[in-house]
Amino acid sequence: MARVVITGAGTINPIGGDVPSTFAAMREGRCGIGPLDIPDVERLAIQIGGQIKGYAETDHFNRQQIALYDRFTQFTLLAARQAVGQSGLKFSGALADQSGVIFGTSGGGLNTQDENYRAVYEEGKNRVHPFIVPKLMNNAAASHVSMEWNLRGPTFTVATACASSNHAMGQAFNMIRCGMTKVMVTGGSEAMLCFGGIKAWEGLRVMSKDGCRPFSATRNGMVQGEGAGVFVFEDYDHARARGADILCEVIGFAMTSDASDIVMPSKQGAARAIAGAVRDAGVPLDAVGYINAHGTGTAANDKTECAAVADVFGAHADKLMISSTKSMHGHLIGGTGAVELLACIMALRDGVIAPTIGYEEPDPECALDVVPNVARDAKIDVALSNAFAFGGLNAVIALRRFA
Amino acid sequence: MTTDDRIIAIIAEQAMLEPGDVTLDASLADLGIDSLGLVECIFAIEEGFDITVPFNANDPSASAFDISSVGAIIAAVKQLQTDQAG
Repeated sequence: MARVVITGAGTINPIGGDVPSTFAAMREGRCGIGPLDIPDVERLAIQIGGQIKGYAETDHFNRQQIALYDRFTQFTLLAARQAVGQSGLKFSGALADQSGVIFGTSGGGLNTQDENYRAVYEEGKNRVHPFIVPKLMNNAAASHVSMEWNLRGPTFTVATACASSNHAMGQAFNMIRCGMTKVMVTGGSEAMLCFGGIKAWEGLRVMSKDGCRPFSATRNGMVQGEGAGVFVFEDYDHARARGADILCEVIGFAMTSDASDIVMPSKQGAARAIAGAVRDAGVPLDAVGYINAHGTGTAANDKTECAAVADVFGAHADKLMISSTKSMHGHLIGGTGAVELLACIMALRDGVIAPTIGYEEPDPECALDVVPNVARDAKIDVALSNAFAFGGLNAVIALRRFA
Repeated sequence: MTTDDRIIAIIAEQAMLEPGDVTLDASLADLGIDSLGLVECIFAIEEGFDITVPFNANDPSASAFDISSVGAIIAAVKQLQTDQAG
């Protein structure tokens, strides 16, 4: 099987407009969650989120592009520009024909839907812009990235709620590993911070009104965020032959289904995915030094996730570090695994573990080293990134430091 | 229907029971209502009585709204009706 490495990374998210600024924010434990600035926010019970502030689409795209690019596509294109640029790859000939794009998203063009439902229902308009369908479709981002960089191989979008990005990156990883292709552009994006997008979540009664405090006894729910993370996954021999800068190696992936409840997480389902990713990576359990947690800040997720980690790792669970960067950027739903993979790359490459900020009080049901509030220097060999979605769908990726 | 009857009807529908089988001292768990069913009950109460129920599923016990039994829920709804009247 081929080895797979990451040779490009890009992002735009509530704590940074690119990878270096996101790493800086994670090192400093900076919070990107604040009051939402969206139409009709006063009619929402939940009025905070990880919103990308100061973002103007006209700074990045022209009128024709904006007619086709929903906010989630815009975020994806901006992140992809950074990732492909960093990789130094140019796609032509046979490489273009086999290289593809796999992205995760949950809501797709939800802002486009929200705006146009308003137009026809609230404002009583009988006509919408001709490009609403190609703008709102969940595969729009993947298709536009494929067009922009001439990626003509396997291209599609994965929608598994909060695990979408990890499922997407897992597919990209395995396609390269089995020799189908040398390069895949992968990751995910979400732009759900509109009235309808938040109102729907509000209904579940799992959202916090005042902040995301994963693993803290004082946590009271999740906070939504928005943004994108995009990576260039590449066959190791291909990357080495062209002298590419390798950020880290992707060494394992596993996915499971709880097959039990549509919203309540299962310890067994999560544990099988975590153990499966380590097994797939072919490393011993005690090689894992850091886990980027799913860590949503809900009562149910955080205690279930900690119990799953304790079950899988046994005594080693007390030695590894596990943090939730959702405390800083919020829950990017279908894009969250992609942005969170950055924390794993920072841990492996820079030796800096991103903290769980907002941590106030220990919870005996989350008694692991959650790297509270302050980043930590540590040399890590293997890192995991957890994602556990509504619907009971779990996906875990394993990365290794590239020495 | 009285407020009591309307709340019992909401809970009975969620529990798939006859209203006569829902007693005031029963907890929602006794009636077989899980966390999702509870959130649906609260939604139905809010819609039915045009009130806002303070409830966070992350920590039901910390909410001001007492859900410990059917009788407690009825009392809490009546209190909210008074508090939120007008």
